[in-house]
Amino acid sequence: MSKQQPAIEVKSLNKYFGKLHVLKDIDMTINENEVVVLIGASGSGKSTLLRCLNFLEMKNGGEIIIEGENIDPKKDNLNTVRQRIGMVFQHFNLFPHKTVIGNVIEALIHVKKMNKEEAVTIGMEYLEKVGLAEKAKVYPRTLSGGQKQRVAIARALAMEPDMMLFDEPTSGLDPELVGEVLEVMKNLAKEGMTMVVVTHEMGFAREVADRVVYMDQGVIIEEGAPDVIFEQAAEERTQEFLSRVL
Amino acid sequence: MGFWELFIETIPGYKDAIINTINITLLGLLIGLGIGLFFAFLKVSKLKVLNIIADMYIYLVRGTPLIVQIFILYFGLVQFVDLGRLLSGGIALGIHNGAYIAEIFRGSIQSIDRGQTEAARSLGMTSTMSMRRIVLPQALRRAIPPLGNQFIIALKDSSLVAFIGFQDLFNRAQRIQSSTGMAMESYIIVGIYYLILVLILTFIVNRIERALSKSERGVDHE
Ligand SMILES: Nc1ncnc2c1ncn2[C@@H]1O[C@H](COP(=O)(O)OP(=O)(O)O)[C@@H](O)[C@H]1O
Ligand SMILES: [Mg+2]
Repeated sequence: MSKQQPAIEVKSLNKYFGKLHVLKDIDMTINENEVVVLIGASGSGKSTLLRCLNFLEMKNGGEIIIEGENIDPKKDNLNTVRQRIGMVFQHFNLFPHKTVIGNVIEALIHVKKMNKEEAVTIGMEYLEKVGLAEKAKVYPRTLSGGQKQRVAIARALAMEPDMMLFDEPTSGLDPELVGEVLEVMKNLAKEGMTMVVVTHEMGFAREVADRVVYMDQGVIIEEGAPDVIFEQAAEERTQEFLSRVL
Repeated sequence: MGFWELFIETIPGYKDAIINTINITLLGLLIGLGIGLFFAFLKVSKLKVLNIIADMYIYLVRGTPLIVQIFILYFGLVQFVDLGRLLSGGIALGIHNGAYIAEIFRGSIQSIDRGQTEAARSLGMTSTMSMRRIVLPQALRRAIPPLGNQFIIALKDSSLVAFIGFQDLFNRAQRIQSSTGMAMESYIIVGIYYLILVLILTFIVNRIERALSKSERGVDHE
């Protein structure tokens, strides 16, 4: 595969919920090793766009090309596509009936068919990476929100995906716990992980993003380098939105 | 002869009756759990046909009296094949409770947050795998209190198999009543036996519930 090949390419993506037209002719390219931050008002379709990328939502039209492969949900095995795309959710979605390490090794054992020992070794590595190795044997309910989200990140990373999607990973957290999660994400970005991040953390966007994409009502209004978008957005709608959140 | 004399005198005769009531209830519940899980899957399926089949089953079973179902399975079926009273009665109880258990399982499966399935799928798990490994274990845990309730109902409803001549607790009580003429005493005594069984069943269900919720709180012991 050539180095130039984008991680994700979206071509005139359309998505409806019943009559509601949620994504309108979205074109977007995410390059390898790039960190793209998706911003926009609530209800503008950010989550839906993210969820279309790993086929948790099915598109109604257009193309989604993952690492050069034009994915056809009817023909292609989506389970193998999803293994290459990690996802982190606003509400963590940890498995409450499994311990922390149990959460992390679940898919290693049952999707990647590793034996338990091997899975635990890898799982512990990733728990260490998010600073939670000592919590391996407890159940998620005993963790703080920030810890839960770091476990969720470790769980996704343990599958060694080529790219990561984050849907408002810090929106469900108490303010004092946001930092520890952003820290993990920053390190991940430094290591060159390809990331698409929906967030309202503009500080994070400014510092970490290679590119900021502003969406409104199912349309990409504008995109560019963070300083360009934050200092001199071309579109009035973008300026308005930013003046409200900054 | 007074109440206590009758009570003590009939204890030996009740031994088999207790065992028979427990057996037919367990048989009915075992069949009912299987049927219940099966129709719960049909109900949560995305295929409309399967939803309708499950709805029809539940409607047929809930729309007819248990005694009618028991008589069909015993007196009706005996013209073609004689399964015996235990099996006929057990299957009837299973079919009957299966409809209610299906609704319990459906409710508990649907009560599990959609995010659980989404997280599982996002890790590359198949839909079957995420149902079996992620949703079901949580759903079954949540189903235990209403299932316990249904088990108690099943135990009490099993008394209707007395009317196909199965030698259960209630059948025993009827016999004692007709041989002694002590109706009030006979039926209060059998009521006490049911109360004791319900008490034991409640205790067991509570223990299971507590054991399961404890394992989520503490540390893993594997
Ligand atoms: N499963 C769904 N069914 C129907 N409408 C939905 C569904 N998910 C999202 N929507 C609608 O689609 C629009 C975009 O939602 P979403 O992608 O969640 O926006 P955002 O993440 O930017 O807040 C909203 O109007 C929302 O109400
Ligand atoms: Mg959203």
